Amino acid sequence: MSELLRIGSRTLRSRLIVGSGKYDDLELMRQSIEASGADCVTVAVRRERLYNREGKYILDYLDPAKYTLLPNTAGCYTPRDAVRMARMGREILRNLENPGSEWVKLEVLGDSKTLLPDPIGTLQATEELVADGFQVLCYTSDDPVTALRLKRAGAAAVMPAGSPIGSGQGILNANNLRICLEYLKDDDPEYPVIVDAGVGTASDVAEAMELGVDGVLLNTAIAHARDPVAMGRAMRLACEAGWLAARAGRIPKRLYATASSPEEVLITSRPYL
Amino acid sequence: MKIQLNGEPREIPDGATVAELLALLELRPEHVAVEVNEQLAPRARHGEITLNPGDELELVTLVGGG
Repeated sequence: MSELLRIGSRTLRSRLIVGSGKYDDLELMRQSIEASGADCVTVAVRRERLYNREGKYILDYLDPAKYTLLPNTAGCYTPRDAVRMARMGREILRNLENPGSEWVKLEVLGDSKTLLPDPIGTLQATEELVADGFQVLCYTSDDPVTALRLKRAGAAAVMPAGSPIGSGQGILNANNLRICLEYLKDDDPEYPVIVDAGVGTASDVAEAMELGVDGVLLNTAIAHARDPVAMGRAMRLACEAGWLAARAGRIPKRLYATASSPEEVLITSRPYL
Repeated sequence: MKIQLNGEPREIPDGATVAELLALLELRPEHVAVEVNEQLAPRARHGEITLNPGDELELVTLVGGG
């Protein structure tokens, strides 16, 4: 498997994709994203306020020549709105000549409290966006059946949630992710599966990568850490560590101990048990 | 004439084009995307798309998001 993360027709150097939301200020966002080593950053599409508190524009802190920008459809509850938002994001990124312009991180939400996806709406929007030439990176739950349906509808990557968005609960159902990986990679081991949402800290990223996913997408865990820049670096290292460990192959878990030092030619007597 | 801009009524000069509206609002066209009545108005056509009374416009930009 390649060191690079291939999604659709493009590759990323980092397997960590980070969001740009929830930062206290844009300079802190810039530094944190840089520390994370990510080369793909999600952005949201929102109404122009026609004025800005500080007159700042996000792309002055997020160089479109340096980062692949991945516009999302966060906040959309219908396929219709998600398709509209995806097209508006594409329009802006095309004008910037950013490589992310054909990509969209599709979210069609079903419930504002859990921010869980609406699987039917997500599938419909995926079909429509694929037909319109988009490469769809699809946020979904960890349900393997839905994941497979989205892949078959043409999603460029399927991105099951580890736990609810922004919850910091980590990977709640590792077994579902294992099944997602098995089903999605069955006929194509390179098919990208990315854990999107729920990460709380670095070990969650390592755990996801060790399960065998191709990448992790997170936002809040860095943006709301006490020290976002340090957490950005921690996430980078965890992603790399998990990736390497997954390739290196962990030892099986055993109930009993196996001594690391020789058990022969000891000077001691035998134990009581 | 009156249009709906991002959900709010707004008075703009009669027969203004999308490009003229963006100039009026002092927005850089490369920072925004425009929808007129839920149809995307591509930047290359901003100069030719003339607005009509009652048109509903969405004017969006990129912000931080996850």
